[in-house]
Amino acid sequence: MLNFLDAPKSLTLASLEVGQHFYWHLGGLKVHGQVFMTTWFVMAVLLIAGFLASRNPQQIPKGIQNLMEYALEFVRDLAKNQLGEKDYRPWVPFIGTLFLFIFVCNWSGALIPWKLIQLPEGELAAPTNDINTTVALSLLVSIAYFYAGFKKRGLGYFGKYIEPTPVLLPIAILEDFTKPLSLSFRLFGNILADELVVGVLVLLVPLIVPLPVMLLGLFTSAIQALVFATLAGAYIHEAIEGHGEEHEEHA
Amino acid sequence: MDVSSASVLAAALAIGLAAIGPGIGQGNASGSAVEGIARQPEAEGKIRGTLLLTLAFMESLTIYGLVIALVLLFANPFV
Repeated sequence: MLNFLDAPKSLTLASLEVGQHFYWHLGGLKVHGQVFMTTWFVMAVLLIAGFLASRNPQQIPKGIQNLMEYALEFVRDLAKNQLGEKDYRPWVPFIGTLFLFIFVCNWSGALIPWKLIQLPEGELAAPTNDINTTVALSLLVSIAYFYAGFKKRGLGYFGKYIEPTPVLLPIAILEDFTKPLSLSFRLFGNILADELVVGVLVLLVPLIVPLPVMLLGLFTSAIQALVFATLAGAYIHEAIEGHGEEHEEHA
Repeated sequence: MDVSSASVLAAALAIGLAAIGPGIGQGNASGSAVEGIARQPEAEGKIRGTLLLTLAFMESLTIYGLVIALVLLFANPFV
């Protein structure tokens, strides 16, 4: 820690606690407890919403059922756009879960006043604020597209590594590492940046001024959830189809 | 120049340099999108969707620089 950066923490208005965690000890592991709490909260929200929407389905949807049907149509269209008409169906649950989980995570960090709950150390925030969450999600995407490729094409899947020319083999292998890296860092960095900017502005001007930035943060975090799900779909499609079409540029 | 002041300089350089390229790129993309909407107003929805997605990709480049800057400031392995 750099000592002069601790100076703002003497103010009582707000504090930025980057790199401090509320550790739980599970066996020999140290886990970030605050991330677990918020993750379970988000999971509970999604489960309860799904349960309420499907408990008493009506022919003409109203209220929560309407909302969840809209969400379902949204993720279905997202998967259909990425994976094409004929093999998008089995992947809708996966891509939809990714989208909804990340979306609710990001918005929970922005909309729910977590700061009211005091922890001994660390602070409650969006679960995607922690690099571990995003890395886990992106590794899931990696596993998913490998699984999709093997299921569709068996060991012929490895043909895509040497397809145009075997010279590109190292780059093709490197791609498998850069995909999860860029996925996880994009999400983590965006969410952390949102929360840090809001935190710094609240330190400087605690009234009214942070509001537009918070709105921008809501917008960006929704877009990030969309981007994550879209790219998951694009990668799976690429693994299924192999070469022969332009895939999306991954930053 | 001790390690902590060097890290602060490095953090400033990281975020500053990482903002230049994506800034230019986002400007180009938005300009082209506005042109496209001006030519074909009925294609606005499609153009907006694509623009938002690509802007998010370009934004993430700056975010990478920001992540490096934050690591240097708050989780520096050398301090």
